Amino acid sequence: MQIDFNAAKPIYEQVIDGFKKEIARGDLQPGDKLPSQRDMAKEIEVNPNTVQRAYREMENIELVETKRGRGTFIKEGDEVMKKINKEMACAALEKFISEMFSLGFTNDEVKELLIEELEGRNNNE
Amino acid sequence: MNDYAVKVENLTKKYTGSTALADINLSFPAGQITGLIGPNGSGKSTLLKIIAGLVIKDIGQVDIPVVKSKNIMDEIAFLPEINHLYNWMKVEEAVSFFNDQYQDFSLKKAHELIDFMNLKKTQKIKELSKGMVGRLKLVLTLARQVPLLIMDEPLSGIDPNSRARILESLISEYDAEKQSIIISTHEVMEAERYFDYVIFLENSKVKLSGNADDLRAEYNKSIQQLVREVFQ
Repeated sequence: MQIDFNAAKPIYEQVIDGFKKEIARGDLQPGDKLPSQRDMAKEIEVNPNTVQRAYREMENIELVETKRGRGTFIKEGDEVMKKINKEMACAALEKFISEMFSLGFTNDEVKELLIEELEGRNNNE
Repeated sequence: MNDYAVKVENLTKKYTGSTALADINLSFPAGQITGLIGPNGSGKSTLLKIIAGLVIKDIGQVDIPVVKSKNIMDEIAFLPEINHLYNWMKVEEAVSFFNDQYQDFSLKKAHELIDFMNLKKTQKIKELSKGMVGRLKLVLTLARQVPLLIMDEPLSGIDPNSRARILESLISEYDAEKQSIIISTHEVMEAERYFDYVIFLENSKVKLSGNADDLRAEYNKSIQQLVREVFQ
């Protein structure tokens, strides 16, 4: 995994984002085993405690599961994919909306424009 | 088990004509790497030396629950800022000197680290560059298997190449389950990603302390930016 660290963001979050990207790209699939925390720390050159925090957090958000004595795995099933896709969609929406607001559009105008645009596309299909 | 490796309460230290530490309270988390940062003369070095028992405090308590031995230097590896090695020794002689000195010293680890640091065993210490001496000092500290490692400015005056090597080996050798590490440094930008916890001293007082990632999240800044913009 390659992470271009941004010093102004929590490092453990950037480690999680790194895993999410690998999952989104399909480099990591449900059921795949993650490197041990120690190996991961060496690979991306961060503090092992930071990797531990990232793994713990990924377990809390049910991205991964730890099997006692066997290691940490990407959770089985398509829930993980769905979750990450949804997250990425939300992030894209968030970006779109804040850009529209900064251009001076109101809530209703954004809605109207969006519906207009989407319906226009549907008709063309 | 305590969640701190070292706890300092109401600690004051004055030298003739100046105050090094003014009634400070802080703790260093156990099983973590803490970066002690702050400008020159802020009291960092005095604080580390008091913890290691090398300087006598005026007032206050220092509790080090991770150290059980009466003679605390048996269980604390201290890397001083100055060059504390005998210049007439060769690298391998310094290693065996440390091996004789400390029961917990691992020769195997020292030899691995010497290779990793690109040091040559037959080189004389007086012929080493400052960066090489810095590497050797780190080797001798990391080869000790003790619960508490204290390093006073291990990166100071050292070339970027050696700094990177030192930080890398620190991370790969560090055993979070058995060790706590305290590092004072000016090189905040390079070193901050390796810290779990940060303590910022200024004018003999603690100005800021906390988990490094939590501070980044709270202020949306790197630790380097934070101490530059907000606290100076």
